[in-house]
Amino acid sequence: MSAPPPEQPEPSAEPEGRVVLDARDIARALTRIAHELLERNKGASDLVLLGIPSRGVPLARRIAARIKEVEGVDVPYGALDVTMYRDDLRRHPARSPHPTEVPPGGVDGRTVVLVDDVLYSGRTVRSALDAMNDLGRPDVVRLAVLVDRGHRELPIRADHVGKNLPSARTERVMVRLEEPDGIEGVWIK
Amino acid sequence: MKKHLLSIDDLTVDDMTTLFTTAAEMHDVQNRQVKKLPALRGRTIINLFFEDSTRTRSSFEIAGKWLSADTINIAAKGSSASKGESLRDTVLTIAAMGVDALVMRHPASGAALQVSQWVDAAVVNAGDGTHEHPSQALLDAYTLQRRLGGPGSLEGRHVVIVGDLTHSRVFRSNVLCLTRLGAEVTVVAPPTLMPSGVASWSREAGFATSYELDEVLPKADAVMMLRVQRERMTGGYFPSAREYTVGYGLTRDRLRVLGPDVPICHPGPMNRGLEIAADAADAAQSVVLEQVSAGVAVRMAILYHLLAGEETTA
Repeated sequence: MSAPPPEQPEPSAEPEGRVVLDARDIARALTRIAHELLERNKGASDLVLLGIPSRGVPLARRIAARIKEVEGVDVPYGALDVTMYRDDLRRHPARSPHPTEVPPGGVDGRTVVLVDDVLYSGRTVRSALDAMNDLGRPDVVRLAVLVDRGHRELPIRADHVGKNLPSARTERVMVRLEEPDGIEGVWIK
Repeated sequence: MKKHLLSIDDLTVDDMTTLFTTAAEMHDVQNRQVKKLPALRGRTIINLFFEDSTRTRSSFEIAGKWLSADTINIAAKGSSASKGESLRDTVLTIAAMGVDALVMRHPASGAALQVSQWVDAAVVNAGDGTHEHPSQALLDAYTLQRRLGGPGSLEGRHVVIVGDLTHSRVFRSNVLCLTRLGAEVTVVAPPTLMPSGVASWSREAGFATSYELDEVLPKADAVMMLRVQRERMTGGYFPSAREYTVGYGLTRDRLRVLGPDVPICHPGPMNRGLEIAADAADAAQSVVLEQVSAGVAVRMAILYHLLAGEETTA
């Protein structure tokens, strides 16, 4: 078959393994990332948040909401799908792309913050940089992730990290968020 | 999905849904400045057309190019086929160049199926005789769904297909596609252009047939007009072009019978004044140009799903 359903568990099925972040930890991490972004950017001007589907998208939305609380500014946010830009397309059955939604102002000349749930090999981020290239030319691109679990295969690093999580390659890191999954937390197994 | 796309029968409803979802994302690419995705970089697609075609061929060509594949067109005129080479030798020669996909149109029904048994490349049927034209049916269904309210909106809707059914591969693929998506289909044609054997097929596949357009039209949620080829005029299928228009054309009067939200499709090229009046072709409810832009998106989705994934055995 061409496309497996998106990687999503049964709603509310709690993953096995050890909890490394619970809902409140995630909330605190996102609040801190929002503050770091504002500090680094000296305010919210020209910021655009782009989540990488699937779980980067709700994270980007939440960070935008935090910034609104702190600065009172609506930061544009959207989604940047990387499916067509992956370097492992030939190794898996063809996956269906997710929507790409670029906020009306576009990315040209902006400070774009890519948001994803887990940073691992770095290959997704590389694909995202390629996808960005086809959308326009931001002034600056930064990367914010909820969890950095190490094992990079490319020279890529995150600017803002919710939690550094040393892990073995054999372990699995599972992020679940309220919006798509009905439960919230990060597990390792 | 199967390795080839030869018939709508090759697709499950899930496959179609997957194609439509992908096509919707591809559609957005058309509005970008850089209309290019790298998904099929390094793959080669040959458009092999043994019949004249402008929109289908260019649509497949653009679809391949926007996915970064190398696409090459071969028209039968001026090719070795016109020098007497057999179909088998032609396709084997092309396949030997290391082609990943063959998009093929041929006047003989079943030609694409035959070719798919000869070559390793994925074969996409872009029209074989009076048999099938699956990518056209998919783009028609995709366009109608968008107009009628999104995915799943064809369920229970009444689609009327009018025209030369005997010689239409579009009609055959469309009946299979639309009924599979849950639409109620009525096909309308003069008795001379109603294919023989349609009665038993319609019972089997669950669609209706009629000779009376004016009885069917008020109940339509969507209308699909098919082209009447000028050469049929001399074939004794109907007395005159005028007579056809009076009985089966989508005239200005019939347009008034349709609600303003009933989409009108036509796979093109249109014979204005024959099967469709200019008022109907240019009406706000006409989706003729949407079909064309959807055609590129749907064909991108087809090529992507046939070629992007890992090598699978058919």
